[in-house]
Amino acid sequence: MTSAHLFAFSGVALLGAGLLGVLAHRHLVRRVVGLNLAGSGVFLVIVALARRSDPPDPVPHALVLTGLVVGLSATALALALAVRLHRETGAARVPEEDGP
Amino acid sequence: MTGAALPLAVVLSSAVPGIAIFFLGEERHLARTALNLVGAVAKIALLAAAVAGVAGGTAYEWRAAFLPGIDLVLRVDAPALLFAVLSGALWLLTTVYAVAYLEGAPHRSRFFGFFSLCVSASMGVALAGNLVTFLVFYELLTLTTWPLVVHRGTPKALRGGRIYLAYTLSGSALLLAGVAWMHAVAGPVEFTARGVIAALDAPPSTLRAIFALMAAGIGVKAALVPLHGWLPEAMVAPAPVSALLHAVAVVKAGAFGIVRLVYDVYGIESGERLGVLAPLAAVAGVTIVWGSFRALFQDDLKRRLAYSTVSQVSYVVLGTAIVGSISTVGGLVHLVHQGIMKITLFFCAGNLAETLGVHAVSELRGAGRRMPLTMAAFTVAALGMIGLPPFAGFVSKWYLGVGGLEAGQGWVVLVLAASSLLNAAYFMPILRAAWLEPRVEPWPHEVRGRYEAALGLLVPPLVTAALVVLAGLFAGSDLSPLGWAKLVVGREYGP
Amino acid sequence: MSGAAWAIGAVLVPLAGATAALVGGARAGRWVGLATAGASAACAGGLASAVLAGGTVRHRVGGWGAPLGIELRADGLSALMLVMVAAVGIAVTVSAAAYFGGAGGGEEQGRRRLLFWPLWLFLWAALDALFLAADVFNVYVTLELVGLSAVGLVALAGDRAALGAAARYLVLALLGSLAYLLGVGLLYAGLGTLDAGGIRAALGPGLLATAAGALVLGGLALKAALFPLHGWLPPAHAGAPAPVSAALSALVVKAAFYLLVRFTREILPGAALPRAEVLLGALGAAGIVWGSLQALRQDRLKGVVAYSTVAQLGYLFLFFPLARDAGAATALSGAGLFALAHALAKAALFLASGAILKALPSDRLDGLAGLGSRMPLTAAAVAVASVSILALPPSGGFAGKWLLLSTAFATGRWGWAVPMLLGGVLAAGYSFRVLERAIASTPGDAPPVRAPLAMELSALALALAAFAVGLVPWAPLRLLGAGGALAGVAP
Repeated sequence: MTSAHLFAFSGVALLGAGLLGVLAHRHLVRRVVGLNLAGSGVFLVIVALARRSDPPDPVPHALVLTGLVVGLSATALALALAVRLHRETGAARVPEEDGP
Repeated sequence: MTGAALPLAVVLSSAVPGIAIFFLGEERHLARTALNLVGAVAKIALLAAAVAGVAGGTAYEWRAAFLPGIDLVLRVDAPALLFAVLSGALWLLTTVYAVAYLEGAPHRSRFFGFFSLCVSASMGVALAGNLVTFLVFYELLTLTTWPLVVHRGTPKALRGGRIYLAYTLSGSALLLAGVAWMHAVAGPVEFTARGVIAALDAPPSTLRAIFALMAAGIGVKAALVPLHGWLPEAMVAPAPVSALLHAVAVVKAGAFGIVRLVYDVYGIESGERLGVLAPLAAVAGVTIVWGSFRALFQDDLKRRLAYSTVSQVSYVVLGTAIVGSISTVGGLVHLVHQGIMKITLFFCAGNLAETLGVHAVSELRGAGRRMPLTMAAFTVAALGMIGLPPFAGFVSKWYLGVGGLEAGQGWVVLVLAASSLLNAAYFMPILRAAWLEPRVEPWPHEVRGRYEAALGLLVPPLVTAALVVLAGLFAGSDLSPLGWAKLVVGREYGP
Repeated sequence: MSGAAWAIGAVLVPLAGATAALVGGARAGRWVGLATAGASAACAGGLASAVLAGGTVRHRVGGWGAPLGIELRADGLSALMLVMVAAVGIAVTVSAAAYFGGAGGGEEQGRRRLLFWPLWLFLWAALDALFLAADVFNVYVTLELVGLSAVGLVALAGDRAALGAAARYLVLALLGSLAYLLGVGLLYAGLGTLDAGGIRAALGPGLLATAAGALVLGGLALKAALFPLHGWLPPAHAGAPAPVSAALSALVVKAAFYLLVRFTREILPGAALPRAEVLLGALGAAGIVWGSLQALRQDRLKGVVAYSTVAQLGYLFLFFPLARDAGAATALSGAGLFALAHALAKAALFLASGAILKALPSDRLDGLAGLGSRMPLTAAAVAVASVSILALPPSGGFAGKWLLLSTAFATGRWGWAVPMLLGGVLAAGYSFRVLERAIASTPGDAPPVRAPLAMELSALALALAAFAVGLVPWAPLRLLGAGGALAGVAP
């Protein structure tokens, strides 16, 4: 198995784990961690796809870099929300599905 | 006025004052009444010019690009004028009546604003030159009449309005489906004498389905059984609104729509060939008898009149659905006759409610002595509805009956006879109670004035009652509604 | 100025404005906002005339082309979307200037005032950039920018409901983006290009196409609140401050829908996913019914309007099954008009809610009795906008619905007409529930109310604009057709 394959399978595994984390938890920080895991999984898959040519294709790398930046900003926003939620409600759980 | 501007001006002559009235403060009575009357008079003047023109053979048409491939078309032709002149003339009278009726009531600017817009919508329905334009103004009619129906704002009024909307908006969905489908099959459909279907190459089952959709959609407003349920419920509206809805605007627009559908979209020959006319005639017949029957059991005067309308408007539909020019004349002229007779009845009902607090038939005893002019007008209109000569209603029934016989549909005569008997059964008790029975107890809520009722409430029904008599007596003249109906049939439809 | 200059301006002007607002502080915020709104709208207008005159406008930023350069492309559809953003944007800006005020209101209000303007102008820039993006990579970037600024705006109200709604929105938006990114990655891996034209040329049916298509379309559908992935929308739109709700319902969800249209029509047709299109339509129909039924159960005006968005978006999703084969041009015309009219009318409704919230203690429906006499301008705005939402003639909503219906009948797919017609009747249910309140008798002890005139007028102006779209539908359709977005539709 080549390293590209290894990256790809790991990426899929991370994606799966991350998704499970998002779906299974209500706590916002845990969900954010899950999203980051899933994101890393996606990036890993894409990077693995870049590895299929030699030298590695730069375009997927650009895609991943953008994704990393976006992920960082989104995580920062999510954590800020979590802090405010905690301040308002005493817990950082996303409220249950109720009406507006 | 150029040919294109006239139809547009007719529609706008009430829309512009209507919108202006919205901006008037509640206390500006004079300005509001002035705007209303100026608009009404202007409209009548324009319509008079149009009548002269169309009788002489001039054509007036206004077009504007609208949807892709479809224009908005307003065209003044002979059938359009039949409906338009009725609406315009009766609007003037109803405005006078409404100003008197709503004296001191709240939200009059809102009322008269929508009142005027409603008449504009009716004009648009009358002058529509193609199916899409008809649809546009038909829907505007629903939108502008709802605020009038729920004007009082009470929970009861709102409930009546909800029922009104449920029926009319469901009908509009059906109509929209029919019109859209028709356009998919036939392209943009302009109203053309003798219809456009004959030239089409479409499967008959499709054409029948489209007819059913459109007839049902229009039939809600025309109060065809079983789509008539909204009409009695809409009686929560103030009397001028009921008068308008029944005689001028909504129900007439429905009947007019059926006329357009059968003659100017499908054409009588195609309609017969497709076999859609017989079911329509049957529905009309059932409606005529059922409406009259239900009227017998209503104690509330306006509800009794509502069921009477359900029955009487289907005379128009029946006349349309029977193949033959005589029955067509009968149906078309009844559009006008029913209008003037019914509006008289509603004006009188409003007078009884406003001046005496009388809302039910059981409360009417001795009304003839207390309000003789009002009850006289009511009597004239009631006798017309029953179909006695020399009143207007007799003329329509005569033509319908003869037309039915001529077309080999003798059952029409039976239906008309049954309806006349039932009409007598529900009108005669009112007349007897009013004229022949003395009054013992005091009136529920009496308002005494110099005349038997406020002048603004008294004059309009007297005028319309006079018209009922004149339309019957002078039916042979070219200037009568009958004369115009014959012109329409001769020119547009032919035997 | 050339079309390309207008296009660049459409992105840079609001971006510059956002920066200026951030730097300028709370007091300068609304002036910067108003000035920027005017200038951005001018750019959109300039671009629209350039497209009308000369067809599709293209520009490579810095001269660098695909696959890593940023290419701006404006055809008729993009131009129409930009005009939509501009029209709604101006009204929202005017209304927000009055809603948040210039000063006072306490620390919380001051914080909101400070943060709203940069976030809103940034959202505007991101939306413009999204409608101008020409390749799937830039789409990803702009999609994220739109999403993050939208989340920030949702959280602005600062109370527990808003924060919760923002958190849920953020998580779901990110899930959608991840799906999109993975799909794009797969496409690249299989085809070697990120350019729209390149992908279209190279893509054929198969496992790759189906997987990538499912991921991309699924992610976008989530952002467009397609049933049953719509749950995030009502709390977010109802919990946000009214001008924000207007922007979200009118513009942000349209961005996702726009991308779905682009993908299914231009990028993925080779994938031959007809069942995907039928699925989108079916879910849209379900959304119409579900959204309308839920709207009937709401007891606050903003709740009704938010669920109405779910229902109306369902109409837009009927575009997909109808746009196959012969129906494509009229279906796109219909969807375009419907989207435009909905944006105007929905924003009008939310701005009107904002005016109501300024004048009355709450927007609970039972408190709105007699609105027609207490706040006539606002009631008129609600009434006129509702007519367009109901798709009654002669409004813009009707024009769009008519074209979609015609397409359904003309292509023999009349089954799709049923949810459209049913939706109209259901919409009447929830709309007239609100309008009844406006007409209902005023309670005797109701105090007189005052709302900022700017808010009432901006709502009314948008409502009238939705109506105007219906009176002259050929004007936006001409724009839509410029640049070949609608091959062969007669205006």
